[in-house]
Amino acid sequence: MRRNDFLSHVAWTGSGIAYALSGTGIFAGRALADAAPATQFVQISDSHIGFHQPANPDVGATLQASVDAINAMPVQPKFVVHTGDITHLSTQQQFDDARAILRQLRAPLIALPGEHDVLGNDFKTYRTNFGIKDAEDGGWASWDDGGVHYIALLNVFNFEKMGLMGNDQLSWLKKDLQSQYQQTPIVVFTHVPLYALYPQWGWTTEDGAQALAMLSGFDHVTILNGHIHQIVTHVEGNIHFASATATAYPQPQPGTAPNPGPLTLPHDQLLHAIGYRTVRLDNGTAGIEQHSLG
Amino acid sequence: MKHSLIALALLALVPALAHGAPASPIVTVHIHDYAYKPPAITITTGDTVRFINDDNDAHTVTSTDGLFDSKGLDTNGVWEHTFAKAGIYKYFCELHPYMKGTIIVKDVKA
Repeated sequence: MRRNDFLSHVAWTGSGIAYALSGTGIFAGRALADAAPATQFVQISDSHIGFHQPANPDVGATLQASVDAINAMPVQPKFVVHTGDITHLSTQQQFDDARAILRQLRAPLIALPGEHDVLGNDFKTYRTNFGIKDAEDGGWASWDDGGVHYIALLNVFNFEKMGLMGNDQLSWLKKDLQSQYQQTPIVVFTHVPLYALYPQWGWTTEDGAQALAMLSGFDHVTILNGHIHQIVTHVEGNIHFASATATAYPQPQPGTAPNPGPLTLPHDQLLHAIGYRTVRLDNGTAGIEQHSLG
Repeated sequence: MKHSLIALALLALVPALAHGAPASPIVTVHIHDYAYKPPAITITTGDTVRFINDDNDAHTVTSTDGLFDSKGLDTNGVWEHTFAKAGIYKYFCELHPYMKGTIIVKDVKA
């Protein structure tokens, strides 16, 4: 199977497929069940609570199904990270509805904002409802766990310039990384892709290259984002990127449609195109297992 | 008595007539297929622009200078803004920043 075919297959079926990000950027399907997990967490993204269009008339139900499936995992993940667009229009009611579902998670939740969570340049509502514990004043954060250094970057500031982190956050990142060993596995969470995945649709971070330059000196860097509602991978040196599917609805592959609007699929296909993924870090390599809802 | 009633009725109409000056027009911009249509319009001071979101996704009408912001405009959402001062107003969609529009407001006296 050609790589593009495989990626399409993963993106549109997804169920139970495991893959690892190798140095060449080519996925290697493999069985994960019998390997001892070193560190495992779950990523969910783009729930868009409040969305009620034909692409998914009940986004609450699909988020709930994701939460139920995660809670049913026999070994609970160290944490669940939500990489943004928790809500569709940043209203308090939508945050309340999202909290009612996400608070059911058995594992700790770390939730980043997407641009849909900060409409009107209002970060306060997001931070009141989902702000990361012990975050810096600007909302970004880092922590160490199990020999891995995790970083949550916020790149939905000033969306006129697509994704943007800003100088304060970049300065903080530089200092944060200075205290890390080159061999320490680094895992970065963002909402918008840090690299220019498809700028025509706003799938880029204007000052992302500065962050990537800082990260390029480390041996193992994995960057996991949301925003584009589909699996897309990319490799730059030792940096491995992997975008996630949504829990709400899929979006078209870059450039395959006139616009990035929600894709409306038959219900069974929708459930195959959305879900959550487990991420296992083994000697710095991220093994990712996609779980669709159908 | 009959004439008095008619006179009273006419008097009652006076305030209404006084406020009956033609209302400033409303110019409509549709948000359709991830674009503002038309993307550029010219109006005069006091005119109102009505934005209607026809897409199956949310959009915003956000001034690049921070002068106005519809915030999240859901499908079929309508938002209006009245422009009191002449000038060139550029705006974009906070959710899809490649969507851009311009409103040229000319002074009504010009």
